[in-house]
Amino acid sequence: MSADEQSMRRVTAIRNGTVIDHIPGGMVLQALRIFNVDGRQSNPISLVMNVPSGKLGTKDILKIEDRELTQDELDRLALIAPMASVSIIRNYSVAEKLTIQLSDEMINVAHCIYSNCISNSVREPLPHRLKVLSTTPMILQCHYCARNQNLERLIENLL
Amino acid sequence: MDDLTNDDIHRILADAEKLLPVAKGNLHLPLLQGKILGNLFFEPSTRTRMSFETAMKRLGGDVVNLGAVASSSVVKGETLHDTIRMVDGYSDVIALRHPLQGAAQYASDCANVPIANAGDGAGHHPTQTMLDLFTIKQAHGRIENLNVVLVGDLRFGRTVHSLSYALVRFGCKLTLVSPESLKLPEEIINELKEQGGELKITEELKPQLENADVVYMTRIQKERFPDEDEYVRIAGVYKLVADDLSSVKKDMIVMHPLPRVDEINPDVDSTRHAAYFEQAFNGVVTRMALLCDMLNISIPEKIGGGK
Repeated sequence: MSADEQSMRRVTAIRNGTVIDHIPGGMVLQALRIFNVDGRQSNPISLVMNVPSGKLGTKDILKIEDRELTQDELDRLALIAPMASVSIIRNYSVAEKLTIQLSDEMINVAHCIYSNCISNSVREPLPHRLKVLSTTPMILQCHYCARNQNLERLIENLL
Repeated sequence: MDDLTNDDIHRILADAEKLLPVAKGNLHLPLLQGKILGNLFFEPSTRTRMSFETAMKRLGGDVVNLGAVASSSVVKGETLHDTIRMVDGYSDVIALRHPLQGAAQYASDCANVPIANAGDGAGHHPTQTMLDLFTIKQAHGRIENLNVVLVGDLRFGRTVHSLSYALVRFGCKLTLVSPESLKLPEEIINELKEQGGELKITEELKPQLENADVVYMTRIQKERFPDEDEYVRIAGVYKLVADDLSSVKKDMIVMHPLPRVDEINPDVDSTRHAAYFEQAFNGVVTRMALLCDMLNISIPEKIGGGK
């Protein structure tokens, strides 16, 4: 059994839902925030943290039962896990494999890290917009103040 | 400024030059008759606000003002979005000064009419940059490949940030003169270098004067220093007096966005090098050209006076 298979078996296979593999080690809690999983839902959720991974060193895995993530939701994940692989599971087998597709702009994913940016004023109604200048490495720039974002700080600013 | 190509900049500078007799009041040219400028200044400003107003009125247009923020709807908690949507209905073009960075882009997204960024936070101040470029062009006949010395508060001064990007675009060599604590921010230095900028960074002013085509002075603000003695010491170093100009190039100009405090001694005013009052006047003529550009009004090839 390969290391990958072994880590997949730390939690049981799911019947229906979404499995996200290859989240960088320790980032799965942020992924939960991205998907608005906050403990108020009743569907089973399993997470595995910090297992060895050939690609990433260590990785996290997230299994969300009875919920199929949409492409839109997945694209938000690019902020923390651009390499993640995502499978939609139906009746215990992989029904679809989804890839993260970044558009030119992330709208209402996170707010600009600079507190003196207009977009951080309370009650201003326009959406938070981050331009994707490059994906490898990930370079994001606020549409309004045109400043490049520090990704670690940006994760703290997820909406 | 990033929205403008180098050609756009040259075109607007040429338009501004054509409008000089109108800006001076020697010629009546009501190109903007029937147009209204909404002046939205959320921060105090004398020169920028007045020069926008003068520019509009010299071209036969009119101006509505937000007035003091303290007595406006902003104090009641109105968002910038709503203020812009309102003024959008009252005017044909808006000049916006706002304390927060990105406010001009944000306002553009809210409005149907064009927005002139009259300074947003520590961010950009493109109309100041245009008038600075115009002043340089009037003195040297070009804005390319000049030696420009930027002096004083390079850290917080937004005029210097905008201007340095523009100068690098036109191949000027920059000499950055400031105390360590007021250096140009590292990320700006890096970006300027990435864009091919040739930079010299120093704390000494006097040795830089001899080779300069432009010396751009800025005000060192007392509130930037925790300690009064330190302020007095530093402010004293970055000071020009007429005697410093004895061996400079003949056509070198001294610029300053004003208001000045002590950084340029009044005895410089009467030298051939003093360009700062002309620079302030140039704010009117460049803003005239910018307003016409934003309102898609073309400026006639020949303007009165047979010139």
